[in-house]
Amino acid sequence: MTLTHLDRLEAESIHIIREVAAVADKPVMLYSVGKDSAVMLHLARKAFYPAPPPFPLLHVDTTWKFRAMYALRDKAARDAGMELLVHRNPDALAQGINPFDHGALHTDMWKTEGLKQALDLHGFDAAFGGARRDEEKSRAKERVFSFRTATHRWDPKAQRPELWHLYNARHAKGESMRVFPISNWTELDVWQYIAREGIEIVPLYFAAKRPTVERDGLILMVDDDRFPIAPGEVPVDRSIRFRTLGCYPLTGAVESEAATLNDVIREMLLTTTSERQGRAIDKDAGASMEQKKQQGYF
Amino acid sequence: MTAYQPDALIREDIAAYLAQHESKSLLRFITCGSVDDGKSTLIGRLLYDSKQIFEDQLSALEADSRRVGTQGQNIDFALLVDGLAAEREQGITIDVAYRFFATEKRKFIVADTPGHEQYTRNMVTGASTADLAVILVDARKGVLTQTRRHSYLAHLIGIRNIVLAVNKMDLVGYDKGTFDRIRLAYRAFASEIGITDFAAIPVSGLGGDNIAARGDAMPWYTGPTLIEHLETVPVDADREARGAFRLPVQWVNRPDLDFRGFAGTIASGTVKPGDAVRIVPSGRTTSVARIVALGGDLEQAQAGQSVTLTLADEVDCSRGDMIAAAGDPPEVADQFEATLVWMADEPMLPGRSYALQLGTQSASATLRTPKYQVNVNTLEETAARTLELNAIGVVTLALDKPIVFAPYEQSRELGGFILIDKATNATVAAGMIRFSLRRAQNVHRQHLDVTREKRADLKNQKPAVLWFTGLSGAGKSTIANLVDKRLVRMNRHTFLLDGDNVRHGLNRDLGFTDADRVENIRRIGEVARLMTDAGLIVLTAFISPFRAERDMVRQMLAPGEFVEVHVDTALAAAEARDVKGLYAKARSGALKNFTGIDSPYEAPEAPEIRIDTAAEDAEAAAERIVAWLLEREE
Repeated sequence: MTLTHLDRLEAESIHIIREVAAVADKPVMLYSVGKDSAVMLHLARKAFYPAPPPFPLLHVDTTWKFRAMYALRDKAARDAGMELLVHRNPDALAQGINPFDHGALHTDMWKTEGLKQALDLHGFDAAFGGARRDEEKSRAKERVFSFRTATHRWDPKAQRPELWHLYNARHAKGESMRVFPISNWTELDVWQYIAREGIEIVPLYFAAKRPTVERDGLILMVDDDRFPIAPGEVPVDRSIRFRTLGCYPLTGAVESEAATLNDVIREMLLTTTSERQGRAIDKDAGASMEQKKQQGYF
Repeated sequence: MTAYQPDALIREDIAAYLAQHESKSLLRFITCGSVDDGKSTLIGRLLYDSKQIFEDQLSALEADSRRVGTQGQNIDFALLVDGLAAEREQGITIDVAYRFFATEKRKFIVADTPGHEQYTRNMVTGASTADLAVILVDARKGVLTQTRRHSYLAHLIGIRNIVLAVNKMDLVGYDKGTFDRIRLAYRAFASEIGITDFAAIPVSGLGGDNIAARGDAMPWYTGPTLIEHLETVPVDADREARGAFRLPVQWVNRPDLDFRGFAGTIASGTVKPGDAVRIVPSGRTTSVARIVALGGDLEQAQAGQSVTLTLADEVDCSRGDMIAAAGDPPEVADQFEATLVWMADEPMLPGRSYALQLGTQSASATLRTPKYQVNVNTLEETAARTLELNAIGVVTLALDKPIVFAPYEQSRELGGFILIDKATNATVAAGMIRFSLRRAQNVHRQHLDVTREKRADLKNQKPAVLWFTGLSGAGKSTIANLVDKRLVRMNRHTFLLDGDNVRHGLNRDLGFTDADRVENIRRIGEVARLMTDAGLIVLTAFISPFRAERDMVRQMLAPGEFVEVHVDTALAAAEARDVKGLYAKARSGALKNFTGIDSPYEAPEAPEIRIDTAAEDAEAAAERIVAWLLEREE
């Protein structure tokens, strides 16, 4: 019997997740409710079955996620029998930081600062993330175990070589590691695995008629009444879906009729733009993701 | 090129397409070559031809190509794969990057590794998980020093599928003669280093000839295109499945008292419920009860799968142990000869203790001076006192405990290890075990059914080592003798180790250098440990002046069994007694390294028992020690 590429990817990811559970003092799994997080969580459940995964889930919330994401988040944690920690940066909350008025500051304070606060608060020394190497150029060189200084900075020159399936997880007090169990998965692998394993994902990935407005070339969904409608602007119902999910005011939808998993995969295979194209955060200069990472963004 | 994503099938019958795609296998390979060989261009071309590049990326690529590209108005594919900002500016790849693409038959993971001399480390890293290596050669330059280096490294790290891609054929007029000359030159070199088989393919990364499509520039070439070759070459993992069953235990899954599962990734072989297995190193045998998985137990599992097993019997088994085929267990040893690739700026330090990781096992490893170093350019073996960054050498390692292993040649998973600097936590070397240096390698520690507890119970006592330490002439032997006699009168089973019965037999090969003194104490400690296993109360009377060695013995024994007895005498008092006349000799200089005179005595900081010889005579001291022991037994 020859194992398929999905079998091999699954085995590698489970190996990585178990290794962290065995060697880290206090691991946590970052859970963003997207499809990659859904796959990562499913792999964690498989790794420790019949026990629940021996670490909590952490959602670094911005208060601006889609409502459907919050609903699935709570259900997924319950189904997995895992503790769900939710962190919202109290400074961002106090200052009312939002994506409409604060631009890049929104991501910086809610996500980057929020993540650092949460890791420090609980003293986690290892955090799983669902990033993939095929997502973006600077991620192609990311290690599976990525080391961060006590101030959460990523130094691309001080990363450790990773040989065979041996991961050196030793770290000094205060230092931490970000671990990416699905590093070697592609977008297609993720979708195929979701189909094969019947993993529940946020319905927003499937097309439906939803209220939208168009801004700067992005189709945005009016998910709740915090969305400021400009004078004369009228939300229009469009059949849309999302290829990636983040804060709803920053996540562009695609017009689509793909209402089933197979439809979505077909559309993905025939599409001519990359997955992150709908993300406002990536629109800066080519190296922007790398700069964000150096500052502590996941 | 549309051959790899049959749009029609996707459009018309996505279910059929997915079914076909789901059964693809996975091949990992590396590309080796320098910047000038067009390596990044080749990878960019593979991604482009297999439609892994989207329009938005392509438009960014076109813009970048005009701004910083090296191909004029044409697309510079290299820019697709050169990731980090710093290296994009310098125009070189400085690290290992992983790329992904798929064809109808396979999914591929490409490790893109740099060709610069100072980055041997990166290439070895990228190659460690690869099934195949593509060695790139510039058709205008032929086989260069670096071609040899890359081939040697690929072979060293265990890659058995080598592709010689003769690139830039467009710049030599697609000339067959040039290609043939390079192929023959490479064959001569390859056989020297043990590469028996390789595929040579003439390609043009820029034009795409013989990469995905044949093109019509080289009708004289009738072999497979690069993609065709990559799609059909056998995958290493299938070979591993045929070996003996080996599961390094990574995690013990114990959600409640009723379930005890052993989780890990199968390194070789296959397993099914009912198979007889042996836990190594303990030697206990049992059988596999279940292969537990979410969604239902598995009937069988094979190398490469991450599984959870339950066993038929309650046996001790924890992370670092191995569950192996009962009839064909792996070797266990604590001394090895290994090939090391040094990966840190700090050179290797012979004698220094490094942390070693192999599979799920950890140990401390001390390295000896290298036997030799290999010059990767000339393949000459030269003498070396150390290994510096990117050096490769053959070294002997001594571990603080035995580990389960296989020679690297047989198994990458069980023979490959990393060394870690204990102070900085940096990964400083990759190692490959050649063979173990102890003959005991095939002697499996027999599990003992009569346990040490049982032996002690039979003697109706608790084993212990009464370790008397103090200056020469303090009265250690005198007190130890009195204690021994009292214990024997009380029907206790004891044994007294002292200079007379140890120095003349077991340790007669040892002198009085510091190294010999350490070895002397180590052996006494080991003998004492065996005696406690037999259930005895052991008494030892040695000066044992160094704290580190006494602590070493304490660590060897079960917790609570090391009883340090400090026979505390003022130096002046011991010297005044001088029963053997040794102090006089030391004072006159006739005796060197004498404890208390010209060699220090490190008094215990917190001994279990302290005897002040000025306040207590030997009989009283012996009585107090026996009372202490009796209290301990209750």
